[in-house]
This record gives sequence, C-alpha cells and structure tokens, in this order.
Amino acid sequence: MATNTIDSSSGYRVIGTRPIRPDGVDKVTGRAKYGADYALPGMLHGKVLRSPHAHARIKAIRFERALKLPGVKAVVTGKDLPEGENKSVPLGEMSVNPRYLGHNILARDKALYQGHAVAAVAAVGLHIAEQALELIEIEYELLPPVMTVDEAMANSAPILDPELRNEEQGDEPTNIAKHTQLKRGETEAGFKSAQTVVEREFRTAMVHQGYIEPHNALATYGSDGRATIYCSTQGPFEVRGMSAAVLGVPVGSIKVVPAEIGGGFGGKTTVYLEPLALLLAMKTGRPVKMVMTRAEVLRASGPTSGSHIKVKMGCARDGKITAACVWLAYEAGAFPGSPVAAAAMTVLAPYAIPNVLIDAYDVVVNRPKTAAYRAPGATNAAFAAETVIDELAERCGIDPLEMRILNGAREGTPHPAGPPYRRIGFIETCEAIKNSPHYRSELNGANRGRGVASGFWFNAGMQSAAMVNIHADGTASVVTGSPDIGGSRASCAMIAAEVLGLEAEEVRPVVTDTDAIGHTDVTGGSRVTFATGMAVFQAAEDAMRQLKERAAKLWECKPEEVEFRAGKFFAKGNPDAPITIKELAKRLPRTGGPVSGRATVNARGVGPAFATTCIDVEVDLDTGKVEILRCTVAQDAGRAIHPAYVEGQMQGGTAQGIGWALNEEYVYDAQGRMLNAGLLDYRMPTCPDLPMIETIIVEVPNPGHPLGVRGVGEVSIVPPPAAVANAIYRAVGVRLTELPMSPPRVLKAILTHSGQPSATAWS
Amino acid sequence: MTKELIEATINGEPVEFLCEPRQSLLEVLRDVLNLTGTKEGCLTGDCGACSVILDGRVVCSCLVLGVEVAGGAIETVEGLAEGTHLTELQQTFLEDAALQCGICTPGFLIAAKALLDSNPDPSETEVRYALAGNLCRCTGYDKIVRAVMDAAALMRQRQSSSSSAKQGREA
Amino acid sequence: MHEFSYYAPRSLSEAIGLLATHGAKARPLCGGTDLIIQMRAGALRPTSIIDVKQIRELRRISFDGTTGLYLGAAVPCVEVYENAAVLGRYPGLADAARLIGSVQIRHRASLGGNLVNGSPAADSVPALIALGATALVAGPEDERTVPVEGFVVAPGRTVLRSGELLVGLQVPPPPPAKSSSAYLRFTPRNEMDIAVVGVGVALVMDGERCLKAQIALGAVGPTQIIAQEAAAYLTGRRLDQAALDHAGWLASRAATPIDDARGTAEFRRHIVSVLTRRALLAAADRARVN
Repeated sequence: MATNTIDSSSGYRVIGTRPIRPDGVDKVTGRAKYGADYALPGMLHGKVLRSPHAHARIKAIRFERALKLPGVKAVVTGKDLPEGENKSVPLGEMSVNPRYLGHNILARDKALYQGHAVAAVAAVGLHIAEQALELIEIEYELLPPVMTVDEAMANSAPILDPELRNEEQGDEPTNIAKHTQLKRGETEAGFKSAQTVVEREFRTAMVHQGYIEPHNALATYGSDGRATIYCSTQGPFEVRGMSAAVLGVPVGSIKVVPAEIGGGFGGKTTVYLEPLALLLAMKTGRPVKMVMTRAEVLRASGPTSGSHIKVKMGCARDGKITAACVWLAYEAGAFPGSPVAAAAMTVLAPYAIPNVLIDAYDVVVNRPKTAAYRAPGATNAAFAAETVIDELAERCGIDPLEMRILNGAREGTPHPAGPPYRRIGFIETCEAIKNSPHYRSELNGANRGRGVASGFWFNAGMQSAAMVNIHADGTASVVTGSPDIGGSRASCAMIAAEVLGLEAEEVRPVVTDTDAIGHTDVTGGSRVTFATGMAVFQAAEDAMRQLKERAAKLWECKPEEVEFRAGKFFAKGNPDAPITIKELAKRLPRTGGPVSGRATVNARGVGPAFATTCIDVEVDLDTGKVEILRCTVAQDAGRAIHPAYVEGQMQGGTAQGIGWALNEEYVYDAQGRMLNAGLLDYRMPTCPDLPMIETIIVEVPNPGHPLGVRGVGEVSIVPPPAAVANAIYRAVGVRLTELPMSPPRVLKAILTHSGQPSATAWS
Repeated sequence: MTKELIEATINGEPVEFLCEPRQSLLEVLRDVLNLTGTKEGCLTGDCGACSVILDGRVVCSCLVLGVEVAGGAIETVEGLAEGTHLTELQQTFLEDAALQCGICTPGFLIAAKALLDSNPDPSETEVRYALAGNLCRCTGYDKIVRAVMDAAALMRQRQSSSSSAKQGREA
Repeated sequence: MHEFSYYAPRSLSEAIGLLATHGAKARPLCGGTDLIIQMRAGALRPTSIIDVKQIRELRRISFDGTTGLYLGAAVPCVEVYENAAVLGRYPGLADAARLIGSVQIRHRASLGGNLVNGSPAADSVPALIALGATALVAGPEDERTVPVEGFVVAPGRTVLRSGELLVGLQVPPPPPAKSSSAYLRFTPRNEMDIAVVGVGVALVMDGERCLKAQIALGAVGPTQIIAQEAAAYLTGRRLDQAALDHAGWLASRAATPIDDARGTAEFRRHIVSVLTRRALLAAADRARVN
C-alpha cells in the first residue's frame, strides 16, 4: 500500500489532498479530445512514404503516377523544404540544428534509417493516400548500414554524414558527433587507495517510450499566411518554433493548439508530422490530417539510445568509494544528439566520490534519431553504475543500502559536474526503503532474490506563464501553456486553490494555445508542477493582491491592511464583517473590473530528484524467465501536491524501467531493418507481468520553490534495470551486464555459470 | 468504392451507416459516426485502446470490418454512463486515480466492464489476465487493477442491497 | 488498405460457389485477427473477402462418443475453451485456445483461422496434432479430410487448393479412462505474446506407465513438428524424471529452429526439452485424476 511521509505540520488545506482530476470525467466518458479526434470540413488525409533501407542514397523520386490517382491532391519531397542552417539555434529549453531537423522530417540526398520519411502525400481519403504511396517510385543506391556505436566508432566505419566533424578529429569525417569529458580529482591515485576495484562492461538496447497514442497532426493554412496546427504534443511552443524553422516561415504565423495528449514520456517534444501536415496544407489550401501507424511510431519517431558503457569503481575497506571511471557511448540515431551528456552528469550524481573521470561519446548510427525518454540517458548509465556499486558492496560485506547511505550525496556534496547540492533527499530515499515493510520482510523460496538501486535526475526549471482569472461567482480558472501528461492540471488547480482559499474543484485549469499565453517551454524535465506551478502560484498571489486592493476599496482602507485568512478577507479595525472571495467577486465590477492574476517565470531553484527502488524477483532456472514478485519505490518529491498522481508517476516510471530491464528492445536484421515494429513483438509489460507497485513518497522540501516542489515525472524509471539485475544476482548468482535481461540472455548466463557452456552442448 | 448500408445498434440506439468493406469498425465509429471515444493505438489488436463490446463480447474494433457488424449490437465508452450518471467503474477510475493520459482508459473501461459482467468477484490475478489485452504505459496498472476491484465490490454491494430490498418487499 | 468486395454467405454451398468464382483472389474471413492485419500491412491482397461466420457448419461445436469432437472452423476460441466437452476430454486443446492473444482476440479468433494462417507459432496446431485431429475441407468438386499435421506445408502455406474451404476440425474421441493432454508454450510476457516454443502432448496411461504418447512442437521449424522419437521412447515406460529428461532431449533433437526476432535457435532447442518435460508432467497429472 502507498505510504506518505508528508510533514503533517505543513498546514496546507488543499495541497496534499487527493481531489478527482479536473480532466477525469471527460476521459472516462470518451469526450476528451486527442489530436487524432479532430476533424475539419474539407480535410485531406496525409501519409508518409518511408525508406525501406537503413542507409541509402536517394538517386531519384518519381511521383507523377501518384499525383494522377483520383483524389490525390499533393505530393511533397525533401526538395519542397528549404535547407536549414547547419548550426545549433536556441529554441526554448533545447537547441535545435535546423538542418538536421529538416532532414529528419523529409530526407534529402540520403535515407539514414529504415522508416526515414522520403515523400508525403495528401489525398481525399486515408486509403487513397495509402494507395498513392505505392505509386511513388524511388531509386536507391544501397549503402552499408552502421547499426551500433561499436561499428560506428570503428576506424573503417562507413560515414553517415560526410560533413560531420568533431573538435578532436579535426577535418576527418567521423560518426562521433561529440566527445564530452568530466573530470575531478585524480582517478589513478584514487584507485591506488582502493582496496576493492570492480571493472565491468555493459550494453543496453535501444528502447521506445511506448506511448499508446501515435503521433498526429492536423494543419490548416489560410490565404492570409496564417497557420494552425492541432496536435498531441508535450511542447506546443516547440512545435511552433520547429515547424517554422523547418518550413522557413515566421514563428508568429503559426498557432499551435495542443490537443489532449495520449502519453509522451519525452517522445513528443519534437516534430515529425506537424511540419509535413502544414507543408501539405500550404500546397493544397485545405486542412491536412496525419496520424502515424504503430510501425511508423516505432521505426520513425524518437526512441532512446542503445549504449555501450564501461565502469571502473574502487572503494576502501570501509566501503568508501575512492574513484570511478565511466566510459559512455550512446546511439544518437541518424543525426547527432543522444542524451549521453546527461548520462555523464547523472551516472555518479547520487554519490560523493572524490576522484572521477567520465568520457561520453555521442555517436550517429543508422537508426531513428533519438528523442527524450523520461530522465534521458540516466537509466542506461545507472544500470551500469548501480550494479557495480552492488558488487562493491557485496565484496565489502556491506548491505547495499548501507553502501549507498555511506557514499550518498547530501547537502553540500559537490555534484560531479556542478556546484554543491542544496538540501536533497537521496539518503532519505535509501532510509525509506531500509525501513519499508518490503525491505524488512524475509524473501523465501528457491531462485528468488532482492535487489536495490538508486537514481538521480536533475529536474528542470525553464520558462512558464500562467494566468489566474477570478470568475463572477468567486471561483477561478488557471490558464497555462503546459500540456498535461501526468496530472499537472490537477496540481496547478490545487496550487491556485490553496492560495485563493478555494476548493480544488472550484478552480478550472485550462491548457491553452500558443497565441493565448506567454511562451511556455516543453512539458518535460519534470518541470510543470515545479516551474508552471511556480508561475501559477505567483499568478494566484497576483490575483490575491488585486483582490485585497478591491477589498481595501470597499472598506476605504489601505490594501496592506487587508488580510486573507481561512477563506475570508479581513481588515483591522473594520467594523464590517469579513467577506469571502465569493462575496468579493460579486463586487468586482464596481471596484475596477475583472481580476486576472498573471505571472511569467524563468524558474530558478530547481531541486534534483532521487529515487531508490527495491525489487524481488524469481528466476525460472530452466527458461531464464524473470518474474517480478514485489516492488517498492521511494522517491523524493519535495512536496507532493497531489499524492495520487505523484504515486502514479512513480508507478509508471517504475513499470517502464522494468520493461526496459526485461524485454523491451529494438531488434534489427543485418540490413538494418527493424524486425519487431509492433506492440506484439516490442514487448512492453502487460498487466499480468507486473505486481502492485508500492510507493513511498519522501518529502524533503526543495528550498528553491515556494511550496517545496521538486518535480516527480522522471527519476523513477532510473533504478529498476539495475535493481532487477541485482535481484537476479541474488536469486541465481549471475551478474547480467546487458539489457534487456530477456529469457535467452538470462538462461545463457545461468548455464554458463553452472558449467554448461550452452544449451545445445548436451544435445 | 462501393459503399454498403449497414444497420446496427450502437449504445442501445439503432444506427445506419455507409461504409466501404475495407473500413474497420474502429474507422466507422471514429470517422463515420464521430464516436471518437474509442481510440486507435496500434491497428494490430495488440493494445486494446479500440476495445468495444460487440454482441456481448469485448473485441478490438480495429480487427472487425464495419460490414461485419450488420445487425449487431455495439457498446462503446460513450454508452457507459446513463446521462450524467457515471457507472461504478467510471467512478472508481476517477477516485482511485486510475488514469493519467487517458488514451487507454476507454479500452480499459470496456474490457473491465466485460469482465465484471461475467465475473462479479474476480481475484487480482483474474483482473490482470482479463486486462492483458489492454496496454497502459502511464500507470504501471496498479491503480487500474485497484479501481476494477473496487468497482466490483461496489457493484456487488449495490446488487446485494437491491436484492435484499427486493426480498424485504416480498417478505 | 486496398479495395475488396465483401460477401457473407449463409450456406456452405454458397460459400464454395463464391470461392470457386473468385478463385485465388478470394480469402475466407473468420475472426480476422490475422487476416485483417496482413491485409492492412499489404502482405495479402485478396479482392474478395468471404465472411464464413454465418455458415452453420463452420460455427458448430459438438461432441459424441463415437466420432469425437467436431469443431467448426469459425468457432471463436472462447467457445472452445468454455465448452464442457473440450474442457473435460481435450484439456490440451482448451490450454491452447485459452493462450491465444488476449480476451479481445479470443472472442474473434478461431482455430480454423489459426490453422489456415499457416504460422509455425500457431498455438492451437501442436495441440490439435497431439490429439490426432483431422481437417475437413470442402471444395467445388468434393470434400476431403487432411490430417492436421499435414495441413501446413510451409510458413503461410497450406494444402488448401484454390476454391477450397476449411469447414471444420474433427478430433477423435480420447481413449477411455486414463488419458489426457496438455499444451504449454513459452513466451517472455505472461500473456499477449507469440509462442517462442509451443509443445502439445497427449498421453494414454496405465497407472504410472505410459501406453501411448504423442508430442507436437510449434515455433521450432517451418511447420509444426511431431517429436516421433520422443513419443516412441515413452511408450511402455514409467514417466520418472529420467524418462522425462530423455524424452525432452529427444524432442529437442527433433526441433529445427532458427534465430529470429522472437528467440535464438539455441534457446528454442533448450526450451523444447523444458516444455516437453513440463507438458508431459501436466498431462500425466491430468490423466491420473481422469
């Protein structure tokens, strides 16, 4: 059962309660409108023709026959897009290389992965558009595919982009887009002072976010040059900026209307269909709707990197870690930009280690361009580091949680890549697991084991805007530009309700379009309840300040003499009875007109998140299949605004982490064709694959946020793969170093360990 | 493109629609009848987002042709609530926070209804296997399973109180 | 999806007539859970779809002591594993029907469709083979029966000739008393998955001694494989651990698996021996209480 270690002295009235989510009724009745649910009169359907080859030169595209098919209104290819600048330009949170982005939307001279968009069609019906794709002829010259970082980094590797250079290799063409190094202290000396050193090598497979709703976009374009894009996205302002960049049109000419979004997990922070739908709308003058199939989602959206990782770590006799070296190479996909730099900055972040050397390589391969996935980069790296720490703990005879507490980062510990931490809750998450009914229980039965692991994520601040409008009846609306992927509307409404003395149900949250609210960065980085929540808090305070002014007008006193307590406005020495916000709202017209609070922030004071997870497994010795028996996750939320949705984030991230651990992977053949581009063979956990996921919300308030919020969306995905690996070790004595830990891999490790080199040796 | 005129019952109402043989029931519901509560997630029967009840059995509407349902009775998420009165399942999904992004929710509600229609007192394992054809990527299923079991308990309570009330009247 | 015409004949003769008229361009439709996916992917492009679900012979499920179980080709899985005769007399078939897809899929998918689809990984086929089932095929000229083990000739290809329709499956009555069957498969997920290996077994027992065994393997060759040697070895033996191990080993030798996205050949071969052992034990346990 979920437990909540909330500081009960917090004195909040709404925050920390569990009201029904404001978007709930629409979602249980089928009324909620997602991107694919939009339709407009005269609408055309667009489809994309994709490269069947992983690496090929595009010699010619002939689409005349497709254009002649009755009902086909337009065909576009890479030639219809302007060539973007080949340099990084800032775009909200992230920076974008317009050339790479544009080439990913529609290939130019080369197809760089199977599924790479080569042409797009708009037709009067979906099935006609599909038929038209079959009439487009493309002449390819096949090139050897480069599928892994090892292949791509080899000296003789085929080069994906002949123009790609990195700082270290001068003018030599390369597949290594970037090498980053983090260094502190002297690792050689650190290893010399170690009593135990463990050095291991790891590989992890490319995995997908697996949101259930495929990408979608509906675009309109008017003769006035104004465009509207309806889509399910985590970042409407990013869609606007990126679409403008790809199409070479002014940012202000595009309005993006964020529809309800069916999961994102980072994968809907960039564009695929949006600029294409708009390009086709510009060509035809009609609305164009595009929706990906599941195979397109898997092949041609942005999964996260597979990786090759090496970790060397040493500790003294007492368990204190003296030095760590980490080498990370991450698949970027077809264009530069893997999350390897984030991996470098997270991999050792939970620990105080005096001597550290981290090398990180961003490597292009003939796979889809990776996109963000929940704590991008951190999970792969934690799988490696957290199993090595487990091994060190075992060699030193220390409990794995004690090992983490002994070495754990606290307030003042310098982050490996930055300044010392302010107040953080890592140790508290370890203690919470240590004291949990789960960890204190005995695990009995053959081939069962218990593993723990921890994870770190930065969390993010960035830009947000909010408005709080007071209605005539004293209720309120809170307007933001942050699409809600996990319950942030509920938390924004609750924050405003807390400030205004209203019930959560009396505040209606609205996520509006890019014309109706100030620039708001992407829903990502666990930032919405933190940063947009901060803007909402300030906007509500702004509304409250205005309300006090109005009360002061009524009572002919100074605004600072008005107080708001227990839902009522008072003024010192005022003979009139105190009034509620509802009574005051009625008098707004006569005291100066409507009250609308506003705030914009570029939020500082981000508080990092930590999670520690405990997992029990049972391993089938004959098949290598791993069953998850029990799972508990403890995470520092800072402050849980709506605990049920904090738990929901913890449970969802943990489930994704378990899927990543056990069975999820991109499987390619030698030609670079993905063999499992469907939800039957890309095996995400189903309901019978998981136990209940127990949660412990730890609340170590973030000193940088008015309510102590840290952000809870991501970090829970980080520990599970390592926790599962550590549990498997304790169950059957083998250390797995590759993800996924699928039955064939586990069985092979078991058989090798037990002296049977292979399953067929005795047959 | 020859279209056929199909008559069926959807959420208790007689409905006529025109469709091509190649249009799935899902396409008919969403694009022809504007019942967009039923969702498309994979078009291969692997995610369950398009679940509907067809003649009493839960099916993936992406794997049924529109022309196949002639004379049939279909229940979709839009037909669950009676007016503004939510069913126990809808209510417990809200109260137990069993949904986040909500794209899988209509399919889960339909699959759960089908389960509880035939098994009013399922075990956790039975619930999990009955929902195996519905993928959720947000919740880790924990709160969904709890919501289904809570709804089952509420429904049993309602049934036993209505039957004891009936017995009371008879006595 | 491409265009096609749709027919829903109400009688067998009407269906045969339609198939004869449209020839190789026609395809019968039962549950559609494989066919519609393949058509959507462009892998199959029939121009006529003959929905056979309204034909009585294809929807009937019945049992009698002399001829055994008759299973219409279009009967959905749910009606198979909820059928009392199947549960009582052919538990291996119930195992398989219950494992296919999800609840949603099992409400549509039929065992006839599972067979005609011709997948080496089809769950119901090893179970049917182990039980000695035959397929009843009707064509424009005549009707014929084909043993299920000979029905699929290559992945996606069957013995059906243009114009022929699989009408039903006939499973002989189980021998009186101590006999039973079981089907087990291995999948990485607990449900909603495709067999990496499937093993169907049927046993006739005399106390602890095996009088007769049949073992059929799925997903470890281009078509289902009968593990003849393993079955023969068991005849007349007590099913102790050593016998089970050896039968498993013999079965794994009969397998001819390949590496694919769902598993390696080496892994599959190992799993064949594991599942053969486990399926034999399960069937023997059932026979004991029969």
